[in-house]
Amino acid sequence: MSYILIIGAKSDIAKEVARVYAKNGYNLYLAARDSLSLEDLKHDIEIRSGVNVELKEFDITSYDTHEEFYRSLKKRPIGVIVISGYMVEQKTAQKEWIETLNTVNVNYTGALSILNIVANDFEKEQRGFIVGVSSVAGDRGRKANYIYGSAKAGFSAYLSGLRNRLYESGVTVLTVKPGFVETKMTENLDLPQKLTAQPQEVAEDIFNAQQKGRNVLYTKPIWMIIMLIIKHIPEFMFKKMSI
Amino acid sequence: MGLISWGMYPIIKNKKISLRDTKTLHTYINSTDEFIPYGNGRSYGDSALNENILYCKTYNNFLDFDVQNGILTCQAGVLLSEILDSVIKRGWFLKVTPGTKLITLGGAIASDVHGKNHHTQGCFSECVEEFTIMLASGEIKSCKKGDELFHATCGGMGLTGVILTAKISLKKINSAFINQTTIKTKNLAETFEAFENYKDIQYSVAWIDCLAKNEEIGKCLLMVGDFADDGNLEYKSKKRLSIPFNFPSFALNSLSVKAFNWLYYAKAKDGVSKQRVSIDTFFYPLDAIENWNRIYGKNGFTQYQFILPKEQSFEGLKEILTKISDSGKGSFLAVLKLYSKENENYLSFPLEGYSLALDFKIEVGLFELLNALDEVVVKYGGRIYLTKDVRVSKETFEKGYPKIEQFRDFRSKNYMDKKLNSLQSKRVKI
Repeated sequence: MSYILIIGAKSDIAKEVARVYAKNGYNLYLAARDSLSLEDLKHDIEIRSGVNVELKEFDITSYDTHEEFYRSLKKRPIGVIVISGYMVEQKTAQKEWIETLNTVNVNYTGALSILNIVANDFEKEQRGFIVGVSSVAGDRGRKANYIYGSAKAGFSAYLSGLRNRLYESGVTVLTVKPGFVETKMTENLDLPQKLTAQPQEVAEDIFNAQQKGRNVLYTKPIWMIIMLIIKHIPEFMFKKMSI
Repeated sequence: MGLISWGMYPIIKNKKISLRDTKTLHTYINSTDEFIPYGNGRSYGDSALNENILYCKTYNNFLDFDVQNGILTCQAGVLLSEILDSVIKRGWFLKVTPGTKLITLGGAIASDVHGKNHHTQGCFSECVEEFTIMLASGEIKSCKKGDELFHATCGGMGLTGVILTAKISLKKINSAFINQTTIKTKNLAETFEAFENYKDIQYSVAWIDCLAKNEEIGKCLLMVGDFADDGNLEYKSKKRLSIPFNFPSFALNSLSVKAFNWLYYAKAKDGVSKQRVSIDTFFYPLDAIENWNRIYGKNGFTQYQFILPKEQSFEGLKEILTKISDSGKGSFLAVLKLYSKENENYLSFPLEGYSLALDFKIEVGLFELLNALDEVVVKYGGRIYLTKDVRVSKETFEKGYPKIEQFRDFRSKNYMDKKLNSLQSKRVKI
């Protein structure tokens, strides 16, 4: 059975995405920094689903290692899912340049670095799928989160262009824009329950959207409407708002 | 807003911490005055509610599966649905499953849940080979049947510690389908007779029309069945429909309940009929609708479930069904079930007899009605199911559970009564 490559496999969303693909019979490459810490998850998935799971050491900001990393995979994956993300508090990011840089490098530069390589390969093979987990935060810059948001905006634009480019070769590209998700990252936030998705729900949504060859996925779906409204607030009003 | 229970009543503020590893759990236990473990929030009442909640669903790795012998070990936050996704295609099924698969393994042990095969297989604890638990002291203990800790924890409502991992034995199956027989009865006497006639069949449950009057009281659809033997192990969880908002509370007046009961009852053929149905249809019909609890409106609802000893069941049920029918406070769903002997656990619900479960939306006058029903239950030597309960008095509860003092002693001896408490445990003083 074919392999799926998951980049940034340590997050709560990635863990559930891995489980869903395995449940549906796919073998997995789980790539992350300190990948040995994923031993328990590997074990869990192999027991649950009887598929093969291989852990791969991968640093999304070590751009010059990406080419070799991809080449070293024994079997070429038929799909690549980029879930890597880095978010610090906006206030921290605007005070400390290193945090801004890291935000951009993980969410944007690193994702492009690996996906350029994957895209060239898939285009040549005329098959495969790419899933990029971006964010609703990329739909419009807000004072509460614009450094992270701008990196995700760049990533969304990249995925849109990539989809356009690869259309001819039959390679599908899915842009995922999660809203609030209940994860380690949001454990201490008081999120509104009806707008907050469980990681399992996000993972199922991603799998279903990818299998159907969809282009853009908001999860929960209500976020499409919320962002539609937010995007259409005139700038002269928007600049005065706190949302 | 904090975590709520399945009945959406009561709503209290709470602070949630997710269980991720034993080290941080140890710190949490040491630094927290009082808390209660919470699984997937399917207990109906206040048994998993308190100001501090330990959210266990995040502790959910599979640890080992002996596919030859059907022995599975998991962390306690794994959902039964996840277990089914993994084991059915390999020819295994849960030995005991309740009417929802959306509960955690830890929750199944803490409520010592039962299912349609209680009369042949007993409670969930029957399939638990052993489990590990973190006690109030922070110590991790492993225990199995025969240990006091085992019998206090199975059915112990999460009040003895935090269940961490469990090893369970599964049941071999050769099909993902059930051959079901439906028997339509006209009154309570016929219903009892049908249960007796079919008591050797592995699974059985009856849906009772609670609003039937006079000589029709107790008329039901009895569904019995067992796994087919066709070798077809294909199983895909059904895509779930969702109820996206709370229905206005008038949506469930007695007229609509009547219509619903009538539709279900009328749909079934007279006498005996046979069907071949999927696992989800047979065992988990309500899981097909996500958030079905919202149909009761934003004030929430409760499920009243009691059990009566077998000899008293007929008289008692007749009395209670009459009271409910007179009250006009209808139930969307009333489930009747025959149980076999009780086990050795301190607080497990089942005893040999018949149990009835009914939903009521929370409204003025409801608790008065339930108090009146309690009196009948106590009179006939029955008990109330803690997992469903949100309002029973200490006195009614104690009369139904003769082993309560042993449980209390065990808790206080191990300082569990200081660390682990729910709103319910404080109300009925356990």
